[in-house]
Amino acid sequence: MKELLSGNEAVARGVLEAGVKLAVGYPGTPSTEILETVADRYPSVYAQWSPNEKVAFEVGIGASMGGARALVTMKHVGLNVAADPFMTFAYTGVNGGFVFVSADDPEMHSSQNEQDNRFFAKFAQVPFLEPSDSQESKDMLLKAYEISEKFDTPVMLHMTTRISHSKGVVELGEPVKLEENRFKKDPTKYVMIPANARGRHKVLMTRLEELKKFSEETELNVVENNGSKTGIITGGVAYQYAKEAAPDFDYFKIGFGFPLPLKKIGEFIKKHETVLVVEELEPYYEEQIKAAGFKVEGKKYFGNLGELSPYRVALGMKEAGVIDEVAMPVYEPEKLFPRPPVLCPGCPHRGVFMALRKLRVAVTGDIGCYTLGVLQPLNALDSCICMGASIGSAIGMERVQGSDKGVVAVIGDSTFFHSGITGILDAVYNKSNVTTIILDNRATAMTGGQEHPGTGHTLMGEEVPQVDVGKLVESLGVRNVRHLDPYDYEKTLEVIKEEIEKPGPSVIITNRPCVLMPRRIMDEPYVIDLEACTGCSLCFRISCPAISASSEKNKRGNPKAVIDQTLCTGCTLCAQICPEEAIILKSQFVKA
Amino acid sequence: MEKSNFNILIVGVGGQGVLLASEILSTVAMNAGLDVKKSEVHGMSQRGGVVSTHIKIAPKVYSPTIHQGQVDVLLSFEQAEALRAVNWLKKDGVVITSTTTLVPSIVTSTKGMNYPENAVELIKDRVERVIALEADKIAGELGNPRLVNTILLGVMSNYLPFEKKAWLETLKAKVKAKFVDINLKAFETGREIKLSTVDA
Ligand SMILES: Cc1ncc(C[n+]2csc(CCOP(=O)(O)OP(=O)(O)O)c2C)c(N)n1
Repeated sequence: MKELLSGNEAVARGVLEAGVKLAVGYPGTPSTEILETVADRYPSVYAQWSPNEKVAFEVGIGASMGGARALVTMKHVGLNVAADPFMTFAYTGVNGGFVFVSADDPEMHSSQNEQDNRFFAKFAQVPFLEPSDSQESKDMLLKAYEISEKFDTPVMLHMTTRISHSKGVVELGEPVKLEENRFKKDPTKYVMIPANARGRHKVLMTRLEELKKFSEETELNVVENNGSKTGIITGGVAYQYAKEAAPDFDYFKIGFGFPLPLKKIGEFIKKHETVLVVEELEPYYEEQIKAAGFKVEGKKYFGNLGELSPYRVALGMKEAGVIDEVAMPVYEPEKLFPRPPVLCPGCPHRGVFMALRKLRVAVTGDIGCYTLGVLQPLNALDSCICMGASIGSAIGMERVQGSDKGVVAVIGDSTFFHSGITGILDAVYNKSNVTTIILDNRATAMTGGQEHPGTGHTLMGEEVPQVDVGKLVESLGVRNVRHLDPYDYEKTLEVIKEEIEKPGPSVIITNRPCVLMPRRIMDEPYVIDLEACTGCSLCFRISCPAISASSEKNKRGNPKAVIDQTLCTGCTLCAQICPEEAIILKSQFVKA
Repeated sequence: MEKSNFNILIVGVGGQGVLLASEILSTVAMNAGLDVKKSEVHGMSQRGGVVSTHIKIAPKVYSPTIHQGQVDVLLSFEQAEALRAVNWLKKDGVVITSTTTLVPSIVTSTKGMNYPENAVELIKDRVERVIALEADKIAGELGNPRLVNTILLGVMSNYLPFEKKAWLETLKAKVKAKFVDINLKAFETGREIKLSTVDA
């Protein structure tokens, strides 16, 4: 049977077909839909969200040690968080097959960096497979489990945004039958005290030699001969771009990316006049091929910033002199205003940023929807590095600057559970004066509203107790804990101001849920009384998508405001800041 | 030989339903026995930012994204977004756009930043084949603002080689039972709107 599946859905299907018993991860674009699809379509597989990627990876390790096939999913930066277990699990190896997906994001469609995790596999000396479409995403997952079990190693499935989020036709298969397998006590393999780890490092080196042989033989690395003088070495989605630009060249398509089949690649190179390496981001293949003494070019023509495209690859090939013509765009684009993503109408984060903007304090930020608080016109966030960084960096900044001006950290609830708790511990332990605002919207909103330890539900829909954020930070030793309704603007200002001025660490927790999750929240909308509106533009500055310019102008020719009735959630923030009381409930307006 | 390679770019603003329209089109193409790939970007862009989906249809498709300047049909849910994307269109390509206007708050709150008053005209200055329709208004008249999607699909269906029946069947399969009739009607309404009718 054939189905149109995204790369992520295909991996989820592969989970079923490979007989995976446990699938675990932490949400992160572009990886998120893998586990969502598993939970949604294949409930016979146990699937869970963990609070962060490190824990997820460790849960996966346990499942593998326990004899089951396990899958762990994350976005590229998630592997930084999980790097500690990953690097040493490479030594111990597996019992049941262990595969993790690293979904990289060239172009940073939804990320803070575009690190190339193929280097991470090489760093840990762990093999990785590189699918180039949805069908291969599924097929290679199955293959990855065989490799994992045969060579006793974790295996990385390297995906990118265009693989994860592109749909293609996939031929479905049947689930495999696996033998029963359980944990076998083996401390020299699993207990990495120095004496054992030295032994396992040797095992790792021996394994690497075997994997090199495998890489030379496996059909995952394919040569396509068309009798051309030019040869292309490529893998992943870059293969598809290159094929589109030059379908008749000879190809060396890499599907097994570490260790590379350098002998086979060398033979391919010798048969061609010119060989180009087409790969996204870093010169991962190119460096190794050059280091092996072969003459190839790649990054010189294709660049290492952002994602490739058929157009970019064609331009690079032309520059390299292997093709003559590139179809060029014919129509000039108009220079237009930007349309950045924005906080939703009624988003509970908005009031906090309005207050922070007014207070003019330094605000260390974190990652989530609330990072959008940096954009004009809110303009109220001063840093964003990685998940959890807001609190630590606030502590450092406050320590060197003194607290008279105040330093505020803002962090979402999912991010707080992911890696903010240790930051609060630091603030308490080292007597910092920082104020941390936990934007508790009871959802992992940025990535589409996934459950987390504070929502009361698991990925598979089971009801569980909700973690009480207030009690948690109290128990860590925070004396100043305040709860706040972020829809009450005056109160929000007042509470933040008070807490900034207090010595010792403070934590403020907001209490309004995400307007989209779990059900779209819609109260009675507000309207603008155009007779009262003076066109002062204050309400434009809260960056609400429901508020826009109307065709009516004030005396100075500036537009008055209008509220989109289908978008307004009735959060009341704009009404609170309108100096003319021109923003009123719809029902009251009709009566008047 | 009849043309069997089609590149379609669908653009709009996060939350407008761009992703559903592309799902229906891809299914129609797959059921017609062609290879299909479609690529979209989720995440950040869904929060009111620009959303775009590439759909490629051919006997064999390689890249999931379109070569810039090779789009046969540019379908836009918002007029300024159509203008933003015209450089993707190929020489004899068609632009189908709703005249919907969504002014982002960055424009209303930034001095000197404007939303073009004549987006459709600016497209027509460049491109010969342009269909601009008040999809919102038509959807409203049909009784449900969410029908914009299906109306636009109906318009687009005139410029792709699939039978009407195939579209209707896919719509029936993808839409909730109680909305089937109204969606079929919306599709038919869109299908009546062609280059020849709008220019007249
Ligand atoms: C290490 C890492 N894992 C995952 C992500 C993807 N990601 C970005 S923000 C976010 C969570 C946002 O949830 P929350 O903190 O509750 O804020 P909200 O979006 O709900 O406002 C996630 C999972 C990431 N950027 N880095």
